[in-house]
Amino acid sequence: MQILRRMIARLAATAVTLVGVAVIVFVVIRVVPGNPIAMMLPPGATDADIQRLQELYGLDKSIPEQFLIWAGGVLQGDFGTSISLRQPVSELVLGRLPATLELSVMALVIAVALGGAMALTATLYRGTRVEGAIDVTGGMALSVPDFLWGLVLILLFGVLWPLFHISGRVSPSLGFEFQSNFYLWESFVRLRFDVWADIVAHMFMPALALAIPLAAIISQLLKQSLKETMHLDYVTLARTKGYSETSIITREALPNAILPTLTLVGVQFTFLIGGTVIVERLFSYEGLGNMAIDAVINRDLPLIQGIVILFALIFTVVNLVVDMTYAALNPRLRHA
Amino acid sequence: MKLTRRTLLQSTAASVALAGASLPSFAAGIEELVIAYNVNLPSWDPTVGPSAVNPTIQGIYQSVFDLFIPQNPDLSFGSGILTGYGWNEDKTKIWMDVREGVTWHNGDPLTPEDVAWSLERAGNPETGNPIQFIWGKIGNYAIEGNRVTADVLAYEPTIFKWMSFLTGYILPKTYYESVGADGFESAPVGTGPYIVEKFERNAFVRLKANENYWGGAPEFKSVTIKFVTDAASRVAEVESGNAHVTLEMPYEEFDRLKEKSGIMGTAAPVSDIGMIFINDVDVMKDANVRMAMAHAIDKQLIIDRLLSGYGVAIDTLQTPDYSAYDASIKVAYDPEKAKELLAASGYGPDNPVKFTIQTTRGFKPKDYEIIQAIVGLWRRVGIEAEIEVYEIAKHYELRAADTLAPAAFYNWGNSIGDPTTSTGFAMFGPSPHSVWDGEDLMQKILPLWGEADEAKRIDGWKEVDRFIAANALVIPLLQYVQPILHSDQIKVVPHASGALLPHLMTRA
Repeated sequence: MQILRRMIARLAATAVTLVGVAVIVFVVIRVVPGNPIAMMLPPGATDADIQRLQELYGLDKSIPEQFLIWAGGVLQGDFGTSISLRQPVSELVLGRLPATLELSVMALVIAVALGGAMALTATLYRGTRVEGAIDVTGGMALSVPDFLWGLVLILLFGVLWPLFHISGRVSPSLGFEFQSNFYLWESFVRLRFDVWADIVAHMFMPALALAIPLAAIISQLLKQSLKETMHLDYVTLARTKGYSETSIITREALPNAILPTLTLVGVQFTFLIGGTVIVERLFSYEGLGNMAIDAVINRDLPLIQGIVILFALIFTVVNLVVDMTYAALNPRLRHA
Repeated sequence: MKLTRRTLLQSTAASVALAGASLPSFAAGIEELVIAYNVNLPSWDPTVGPSAVNPTIQGIYQSVFDLFIPQNPDLSFGSGILTGYGWNEDKTKIWMDVREGVTWHNGDPLTPEDVAWSLERAGNPETGNPIQFIWGKIGNYAIEGNRVTADVLAYEPTIFKWMSFLTGYILPKTYYESVGADGFESAPVGTGPYIVEKFERNAFVRLKANENYWGGAPEFKSVTIKFVTDAASRVAEVESGNAHVTLEMPYEEFDRLKEKSGIMGTAAPVSDIGMIFINDVDVMKDANVRMAMAHAIDKQLIIDRLLSGYGVAIDTLQTPDYSAYDASIKVAYDPEKAKELLAASGYGPDNPVKFTIQTTRGFKPKDYEIIQAIVGLWRRVGIEAEIEVYEIAKHYELRAADTLAPAAFYNWGNSIGDPTTSTGFAMFGPSPHSVWDGEDLMQKILPLWGEADEAKRIDGWKEVDRFIAANALVIPLLQYVQPILHSDQIKVVPHASGALLPHLMTRA
């Protein structure tokens, strides 16, 4: 009941957040310099031509009027039409979302695996050179931004040892007709492992570039939590019972130490999705982030709005899910 | 098939090996040409929307669609879908002869109706063609045999040149009307050398050769154009062998990679220039200041030092391959003269004239660095310019509103090489792209728009350019050189318009 009440409250807050984001984005992108009409003016355009284009894209009206028209459309599921791509915004944005989600989830999986392994190893070898080496590696991973990791990976695994694809999401020559935009998932479900492997070969470098800094954060936090847990009584008891150190860490300490990390992973996942903007561009990965950059360059106002609203929705939903999961896993919160 | 853990692992291992093996290689004979392109293709209709006036993607459009009149790599005009064209004697009508035996990619025959419909559609303000102001100057089309005629509603001396330029593409009337704009967007049909096989927005377009192309089937039967917008990634694509051709990378990278085994470099001037707009506000109303600015810039030094020599210094808005280019118009690098001019207006190194210069950063090769260098050269003679960096979108907005800073760096493309589309639109006050509003210049340009005598028209524009140079109403800097890196197994023919055209590529 408590969880349900919390969920309803959070959903209400989510709705308010989205409306706030919509208003702010709508106003801001219209007052910042850069007019989409000015960008498409032909050389000999007259004032009448400019007026005609402004009317065509609804930019001749005041900002409040434009907002009301847009909001009215949104309530009916119509987010407008992209100026540069001349397609419905909702279609474009939802078409790209799966690519970004798959990339983000893959990055998260890599980050959790890498970070978790580093934390467990460092805990197992605490106080030794191994822990020191892991700490140094983690520091390096964290201090270099994801797009620079991307460039390093391109150089290493794209040029020097060309093991992975540098750009795109799938090989053009593959000739596989996808039924959905969840390429990775679909190829796996349809047991087309050649296609699946091709997609992984495209996603691996951008996902790893996104994952490396997050892995370092996970490693540091989890290691710290594990170290604190290792001093607790029940761990000492397990040790006196003769359990191996590995077993103590993974079976006794980890379940309790993981809760703070779980919260962090949830919060960081939203940042990770935000980080896809530059990484997707670098790897020419056809996700939301890559499209967002084009939209900003072209001052494609309806598309920018659509993308930002979707990002905001993802952020709030992920945070909601994290909160609920945390509450479900933590008995103190569940029974509060 | 029963899926077990073992079979899953085996399949995955085999798949990874397969995916690795699918990477293209320079060593193998090139069957499928892969091009790493520098921009995305937003839309397949080359006649409407912002992408229609984006010069960078015209190469892709020209692979699929035919221009009314094709342009040769040296910018001269060829014979294409229109095999002949011209005016009647009093220039009240135009005529166009349509090539026979041409088929659309869907097998339909191209007809004169397609040509008339394409022109009529382009001239209709409701279709959103950004060049409607040109196409609307002809109308009342009539067809007789394979000849299309039209009335001249307003005389436009460059109408046929525009048929080789932005939005000058022929689209299929019957097909377009049957599938509509959305249907055309998802399955475009042209008469060009390549047929669209598969298109993934922001990712790639896969083209197959049009074996029935009227100009002869292209050599590469399959072409994949990958959209790789990041220059570092594009370079890596070619360096790793993932792509066979790419363009637009830093000149230092170009010089480094063209020396590598298996990679060649082609660099040729294109119809794109760098210039400094001068807005007639504040100190820019002082001719001495403007002329001092122009004389204080050592363009060749900038090209050599910042662009590794890749550029052609220019003194008018015409490049050597434009029809109104006049080699006799020169603005010499003369810092002493610049000092004298400034002194005449009471300025000097101890009392510098001050203004703001705007520039993009990273939009064109070394744009910011070029302006930094110019500001340094200016400082020596008594000009103190403050650099303001802006996005290209802001430049367009400010320029359209005539509120650019006193000086602003920009680039200008003009692949048809006509003076109206360079000096004309950049310097004619009422144009939304001009920020110089001087009445005297406007009066010089005004009669040239409708001048029917071609020789007189071109001479007139040369005179305008001479006047502009003498008064430093704009500061032309350089003609850009386009760097192209490609496999040594491919011969690339650069096109002076800057369009990278796969049908001009052959096996070396």
